[in-house]
Amino acid sequence: MEAVLLQLTSHITQSGYGSDLAAAARGASMLDPGAEQAAEVAKLWWFFFSICTAVFVGVIVATVLSVWRGRGHQSAAMPPPAVEKEPRRDQGLVFGVSSAVTLTILLLFVLLVRDFFTDRVLGTPSAPDALTIRLTGHQWWWDVEYEDLLPHNVFNTANEIHLPAGRHVQLQLQSSDVIHSFWVPSLSGKKDLVPGHPTAMWLKADRPGVYYGQCAEFCGYQHANMKLIVFVDTPENFAAWQAAQRNPAPEPTTDRQRHGREVFLSRTCVMCHSIPGTTAGSRVGPTLGGLASRRTLGAGALANTTEHLRRWIVDPQSLKPGVRMPQNELPSEDIDALVDYLQTLK
Amino acid sequence: MNSTANEPLTDLTLVAPAHLAKRETELDQKLEKVWQRPNGIVGWLCNTNHKDIGIRYVVTAFVFFGLAGLLAFAMRLQLAVPDNTLLGPDRYNQFFTVHGTTMMFLFAVPVMEGMALYFVPLMVGTRNVAFPRMNLFGYYAFLAGGLMLYGSFALNIGADAGWFAYPPLSGPDFAPGKRVDFWSQMITMTEISALVAAVEIICTVFKQRVPGMSLNRIPLYVWAMVVTAFMIIFAMPAVMMASGLLAMDRLTNVTTHFFNPAEGGDVLLYQHLFWFFGHPEVYIIFIPATGFVSNLIPVFARRPVFGYTPLVLSLIATGFIAFGLWVHHMFATPVPELGKSFFTGASIMIAIPNGVQMFCWIATLWGGKPQFKTPLIWVLGFIFIFMIGGLTGVMLASVPIDRQVHDTFFVVAHFHYVLIGGAVFPLFGAIYYWFPKWTGRFLSESLGRWHFALFFVGFNLTFFPMHILGMHGMTRRVYTYSAETGWGTLNLLASSGAVVMGVAMLLFLANVWKSRRTGETAGSNPWNASTLEWATPSPPPSYNFAQLRTVGSRDPLWIDSPETTALVDGLSTEKREVLTTTLLDAHPDHKYELAEDSIWPFLLALVVGLSFTGLIFHPIAFPLGMGFAYLVFILWFWRGNEPKRASLPHVSEGAAS
Amino acid sequence: MFCLVLLVLALLLLAGGCKREDRSFHVSVTEAGPPTGVRLSDLHPGLAAPPPHTVNGFEENALAVSEGKRLFSAFNCVGCHANGGGGMGPPLIDRQWLYGNAPEQIFATITEGRPNGMPAFGDKLTTQQIWQLAAYVRSMSGMISTNTAPGRSDHMKSNPPENSIDPARPASPPIPSSAERP
Repeated sequence: MEAVLLQLTSHITQSGYGSDLAAAARGASMLDPGAEQAAEVAKLWWFFFSICTAVFVGVIVATVLSVWRGRGHQSAAMPPPAVEKEPRRDQGLVFGVSSAVTLTILLLFVLLVRDFFTDRVLGTPSAPDALTIRLTGHQWWWDVEYEDLLPHNVFNTANEIHLPAGRHVQLQLQSSDVIHSFWVPSLSGKKDLVPGHPTAMWLKADRPGVYYGQCAEFCGYQHANMKLIVFVDTPENFAAWQAAQRNPAPEPTTDRQRHGREVFLSRTCVMCHSIPGTTAGSRVGPTLGGLASRRTLGAGALANTTEHLRRWIVDPQSLKPGVRMPQNELPSEDIDALVDYLQTLK
Repeated sequence: MNSTANEPLTDLTLVAPAHLAKRETELDQKLEKVWQRPNGIVGWLCNTNHKDIGIRYVVTAFVFFGLAGLLAFAMRLQLAVPDNTLLGPDRYNQFFTVHGTTMMFLFAVPVMEGMALYFVPLMVGTRNVAFPRMNLFGYYAFLAGGLMLYGSFALNIGADAGWFAYPPLSGPDFAPGKRVDFWSQMITMTEISALVAAVEIICTVFKQRVPGMSLNRIPLYVWAMVVTAFMIIFAMPAVMMASGLLAMDRLTNVTTHFFNPAEGGDVLLYQHLFWFFGHPEVYIIFIPATGFVSNLIPVFARRPVFGYTPLVLSLIATGFIAFGLWVHHMFATPVPELGKSFFTGASIMIAIPNGVQMFCWIATLWGGKPQFKTPLIWVLGFIFIFMIGGLTGVMLASVPIDRQVHDTFFVVAHFHYVLIGGAVFPLFGAIYYWFPKWTGRFLSESLGRWHFALFFVGFNLTFFPMHILGMHGMTRRVYTYSAETGWGTLNLLASSGAVVMGVAMLLFLANVWKSRRTGETAGSNPWNASTLEWATPSPPPSYNFAQLRTVGSRDPLWIDSPETTALVDGLSTEKREVLTTTLLDAHPDHKYELAEDSIWPFLLALVVGLSFTGLIFHPIAFPLGMGFAYLVFILWFWRGNEPKRASLPHVSEGAAS
Repeated sequence: MFCLVLLVLALLLLAGGCKREDRSFHVSVTEAGPPTGVRLSDLHPGLAAPPPHTVNGFEENALAVSEGKRLFSAFNCVGCHANGGGGMGPPLIDRQWLYGNAPEQIFATITEGRPNGMPAFGDKLTTQQIWQLAAYVRSMSGMISTNTAPGRSDHMKSNPPENSIDPARPASPPIPSSAERP
């Protein structure tokens, strides 16, 4: 039954981003789990759903029956009230109500206990080989920092997270401005990023694929466009990706790309953005390392294509009104060179 | 205050009805003269009649309901298709904030208060509430708050940080300008009004019931309002505190650090304070609706309610437990996990008294002869929709499930099911039921059924898909979404449901408009109901009852026999006097003169409203406002204006001659 | 009747709107263009009054001033100017302005740089950002309305919030210290 309902609801929403996803891609649904945490919650949800549906049906049937029984007594003028005591009927009602209440208490208790069991399972695992990722919420983008004991292995990316399948991940959550919330429905429940209350949560994604999420606590104008894409890779793919991210930005090969890099470093871009391997190191805005291999721009606001990138640089306000990035005043050929350069950042 | 003398009562007696029949018309005329409403515009401003104030609350609340409904309609239009450009992010933020704030503070609570201020004095058999002038002040405070919110909204200073306005987003760093300041001051104004209504209800119910109406004989609606009133008194100060601290953090020259972690403040403190109010608030909205249902079902099942005592105990239990649930709104925040489990337990536990109520109501229907009229149809709709909402609430009580669906459209669906299903459906039922009492005319049955059908279908069409949307990742408060998410179909469905609901509401307005003029006329007790408000003409005269009749049972108009019911005689026909009785058993206690109509409540509300508006801009408004308010109070209570009371010697039951 | 009057009033006010609360994210770039012919001193020969200073529209817009505050910290103005108290750079909350306190003068200072350490940010900031910063800098000495000035920040308190300080009106005309009599 679960599978049928899931098929039905998934069909209705057809969750998924774009048509170029691999066959293993999944969308965003708490009922389509790709990680241990979400799987436990989905099981709990179906348990609650079954019991609640049964209770609902019972109450509605009782209500409908009680009205149906009186259908022969309808009259335009209100009939006289039955104020005489009828002990037999009342005894029956007392029995009915008491049984219903007792059953309710029992069912609620069952739900409570089942809930606590799930809570325990979702508690802190013992995971000495966990990958640690520090996630910082900004208005309106995610800063993702992969921690490591060796400082030179630490690297940042923005808005997209890669996770190795089958390995525990600890996400350390903090916010630089307002309250945000990390939520990828197919992987786990959400956790708020509260300024002044850094916290952590655990994930263990089991099924490789692409999972979507977005900020789940109202954080201002572009809360709607503060999205997250989580790639759960096989351990080999993850290692390859991680190694690539740790490399500095490649040297530009053409003159136009070199000119683009010069524009980047000498004009407004360098004030907010960093590119590992260059002198640009600002933490105000998202890092641009690996920009060309990201799916989206502006934390999910639009797909990452050349045209979109150009439009984004020139006038981000028309694409994501309220975003912190200002409109640009660069001449057109400088912007073309810049776009060319940025697309070398794989 | 009781005297210890044992002389027989000289100036107040309980007499048999036959003795007074002749004096009825003369009595009516004299009472009308004493209790008449003042004339003219100034008179309208001074009118302290509880029925007029109650109607004003209800009508004003429905105006706000309409405005918030229009905002919701605009939001649904924006979300109907992906990447829509009808409303930009700033506009959309203001729309959902003002929609939520209006519905919670300017519609749901005031409309329940208004109904209570109209019917509670009638149901307990008295002539006005305990403090008529304060009652009028409460209405103006509510109106001032509403004008503050909508006035600012009209000027592009509308609140835009959500109806709960969490800092730091609503703090000085991230909410520039005065928008959130208008919001926080408006909260305080409207909650003053709620506190006033709560005090009125408690004092009226505890002290002004007719003799014989002991506490175990008061109607269930009155019980519901008493529990609600106590909840208001304990809950409202928390939100006034939350919004007040936020206002202080933002206000020039005050600039405190309550919610600034860097200086020792805590962002989560706001959430605790807010939700300590916020959870009881939804029960403050729901419990009066259960009162409506408890009053409606016996009338339309044609039998006294089943399980009066369990129903009362459920109300009280709900009132208490409601204060222990608030952290379930914060399950996604980093508060300790073990603590969260406690709130899971309490949130699940509150389903028990709700269940008891539901089963007692169904038992009443089962054991009676249900008359399928519009008020009952609304109650049946309530059962259907509230059950769904309540059960999704039980799901939300679980921390793991809540962490998935918190802040998504699943929660939006849940609370609309419980608030619309649990409060608005019974409210409409109550309006169809009591409209003949208000106006002397029935609302049209056929239009009423159409109203119900369209509203029911439209509501489910709008909100049921949101459960699925939430589980598929659609978060709240998003002004748009992209086509690739696949949420478009369900959103379009929801938006079309909103159109149907809008049509239903237009039908309702048409029904009210038409029925006021040409509806079927109704006598004093057209439904053959049992509570005291039906013992007086429709609409009731300004003095409510010419003869205050004592009661001997829970359903006086069904069980007490008119020939042997004692009436109260001896209340003055020259001044506005009410009888106060003892708390538990309603023995006559003393006579209490109510104040005359007065302009001071209006002036006080004006002063308070202006000083709160001034406080948005500069703290000097506080001492200035206090000073002027003090002046107004002095003039309000100037010697000669205060109500007087005369005590009675203690009298035993059975003095009726 | 009463309600109708209120409604009309509300509609009239709606037409006016409120500049402080305006949230126009998208500006036409030419609107916020750089000023020309900026004079750094009010000293001038002759009797004719100099032309009036440019008005910075952002000073009346709360969002712009709040953005200016965010940029002041993000772009490390605090590194030299601290939170207005000064350090390596001069204080910005007092009455002394070496290169003028008018909006266009502050704009020019940020754009062109100044001797002894103020970098030239002209190439590194957009015109809109510099106007936002200029509006914020003026608010630091209380020169803009308290309704628009930012409140206390969500950081450690280092100075009174901009909306709670008395205006530090500069002495006029400003005389360079070298011109003061011994």
